[in-house]
Amino acid sequence: MLKPKNIAAAMMALALSGALAGAATAQDGEPQSGGTLNVVMQPEPPGLMLGLIQNAPTQMVSGDIFESLMRYNFDLSPEPQLAESWEISDDGKTYTFKLRQGVVFHDGEPFTSEDAKWSMDVFLRENNTRTRTYLEHVESIETPDDHTLVFNLKQPFGPFLGIFEAGTAPMLPKHIYDTDDHANNPANNKPIGTGPFKFKEWSKGSYIHFVKNEDYYMDGLPYIDEVYYHIIPDAASRAVAYETGKVDLLPGGAVENFDVPRIRDMDNTCMTEKGFEYFAPHSWMWVNLNNPPLDDVKVRRAMMHALDRDFARDALWNGLGKVATGPVSSATKFYDADTPDIGYDPEKAKALLAESSYNGETIRLLGMPYGETWTRWAEAVKQNLIEIGMNVETIPSDVAGWNQKIADRDFDLAFTYIYQYGDPALGVSRTYMGDNAEPGSPWNNVANYQNAEMDKLWDEAALMADPEARAVAYKTIQDQIVSDVPNLWLLELGFPTIYRCNIKNPVNTAFGVNDGFRFVWIDQD
Amino acid sequence: MRDFWKRFRYNRGAVIGLVILAIVILAAILAPVLFPQSPWKMVQRPFLPPFTQDGLPLGTDALGRDVLSGLAHGAYVSLLVGLVSTIVALAIGVPVGACAGYFAGRVDDALMRFTEFFQTIPSFALAIVLLAIFQPSLTFVIIAIAVVSWPPVARLVRGEVLSLRTREFVEAATLSGLGNTQIILRHILPNALPPIIVLASLMIAQAILLESSLSFLGLGDPNIMSWGYMIGAARTVIRTAWWLSFLPGMAILLTVLALNLIGEGLNDALNPRLTRKSE
Repeated sequence: MLKPKNIAAAMMALALSGALAGAATAQDGEPQSGGTLNVVMQPEPPGLMLGLIQNAPTQMVSGDIFESLMRYNFDLSPEPQLAESWEISDDGKTYTFKLRQGVVFHDGEPFTSEDAKWSMDVFLRENNTRTRTYLEHVESIETPDDHTLVFNLKQPFGPFLGIFEAGTAPMLPKHIYDTDDHANNPANNKPIGTGPFKFKEWSKGSYIHFVKNEDYYMDGLPYIDEVYYHIIPDAASRAVAYETGKVDLLPGGAVENFDVPRIRDMDNTCMTEKGFEYFAPHSWMWVNLNNPPLDDVKVRRAMMHALDRDFARDALWNGLGKVATGPVSSATKFYDADTPDIGYDPEKAKALLAESSYNGETIRLLGMPYGETWTRWAEAVKQNLIEIGMNVETIPSDVAGWNQKIADRDFDLAFTYIYQYGDPALGVSRTYMGDNAEPGSPWNNVANYQNAEMDKLWDEAALMADPEARAVAYKTIQDQIVSDVPNLWLLELGFPTIYRCNIKNPVNTAFGVNDGFRFVWIDQD
Repeated sequence: MRDFWKRFRYNRGAVIGLVILAIVILAAILAPVLFPQSPWKMVQRPFLPPFTQDGLPLGTDALGRDVLSGLAHGAYVSLLVGLVSTIVALAIGVPVGACAGYFAGRVDDALMRFTEFFQTIPSFALAIVLLAIFQPSLTFVIIAIAVVSWPPVARLVRGEVLSLRTREFVEAATLSGLGNTQIILRHILPNALPPIIVLASLMIAQAILLESSLSFLGLGDPNIMSWGYMIGAARTVIRTAWWLSFLPGMAILLTVLALNLIGEGLNDALNPRLTRKSE
């Protein structure tokens, strides 16, 4: 967290990252202006007004239209976007943002601190449940002048500086949306933000067309003239669209895993795993701790050591992603690499199983109905467990059935993966806190892990101002949870963004393509 | 019996079919002996092509599982599903058809409308719906296949019984005071047996195809290695590892072909007059 005395260091870091960006640019040649970027998207979003709609395709196109106060580097450190600089008081309760001058919305009206305050305090509190939860820590928001924004917090809230990204805290035009009926505002069909591209046309079922914002406040940006998001509902057709040259950029997850090697090996094709650091999709198997003998920690440790996760990564995920070492992703803040070892060791697994209370019970494994990769993965896991002497049966399921079975806790082991949102307090604690284990949701503490001491520590760590103190708390938590193995952690999933190599810099922040194409340029030589 | 074999042998295709089927049956019986390890066991690195590794003549699949072992264990599943579901379908279809044909009138009407109800729904779609309602376990796969394949049996048996019930030997049996059940079981059905046997051999082939299609779509029992599953799992890599779909596909093709050839041979052998007429 930045205190005033750290500002200088932060500025240094900024200068340094600027220099690094410069170096990257030099290597790729001088940026060229012009050109059209064709991107694939799926499924068709219900709308583009990011303040109202939060689903994945809306988030993906949103960064071109809407912006927030900051953007985040791959290591999740903040960089100025609509805010020029910021200060945090020593007690961690007052955040003062200096906003950039000369920023205008797409309709020509200036962006001021009043828009920012209203966006956070009125619009997002009302329309975005996730943002509302974060803002519960905010006592009041003040606007001393047109370009200063002050947040007064009720108590320190560790992850606060991590919420100012376009998906969570988009800055919206007050002069357009200060009405009673946000949902039916005519501007929803032609969204207006401060971003590098303007909305031009949406041909339903076919494409969404954005054009360059000529009045963008960052000098010379954006480089490209137009962006087309092509809506192609079928994964195989998306792969073909890239192969035939209809689209030039496939965001992570756009094509099936088994198609990735073939497309990656095409001419003039580049791939990056970066751009998912904020979401940090973390996969694991829920262990239903209500069902004996899974309440026995030795059974769970045996299962954990039985899983050959390197094999799964190499055979099913094309070698992308990392083997998880615990509940927190290595991309998320306060990740602790030094937790008890949970690596593949079938001999140890057999020994642990022999000591445990496991007695040949049949374990019911619920796979994830998200396609071939997940089906094969469940088969591999089942075989891993059979090889240490367990009896495992796969429960077949479709998407609705999977949600229902997890919500009803009707399984012994169940695959899942969940986003971490950059900070353990935002994306990890919810799946381990004892009071968040009510059946009915597939996204809370499904395993029903109960540890009162850890619950207390989770609560404290979220409200600490000092990042070092938070790191200590999260280390204790991670050590304890890894030795309790309430879930069987699998992989930090790696989703590749695939693009033609003459498209430069398509992924430049921890949000990947979601963050918009302001720095992207196309080598037309 | 000797005559039967002679007539059967006369059809060369039928003999070839019998040989192929014998190999498949042998594979199914010997699978647990030749491949004692589970066909799901990951034994080598994935996507090993055929004939490149000793001990794995047909290579490995996407998870490094032995393809030959999968084919052998799959043979057992295919034959089991084909045989059991056909027996169940006969157990439904024969009584329905026999009653309809023998009692005629309102009973016939009622039973045939019931049969037509099943016939108007495409059998594959009905099987999918049934499996979506039940859990897709091997038992329910067999039941679903049986439920969609009995109507042709019922119609065939009805037609046979309808033509037999007016014969003199049936009248004689009635006059001698035999009950309806006795007459149907002892006198009519044995005479209607040849076409039923021929149909049954074709139904086994049909059932194997149905099971493969269901497994291909991921509606089979996920705990059982079958040919349809093998193709379904391999179809996504058909451009890079075509043999993974091709080999189980050939297994299905040959088995179904064999059963059809045998069916033809049985037809020749059991209906000698018909055969001679057509020649």
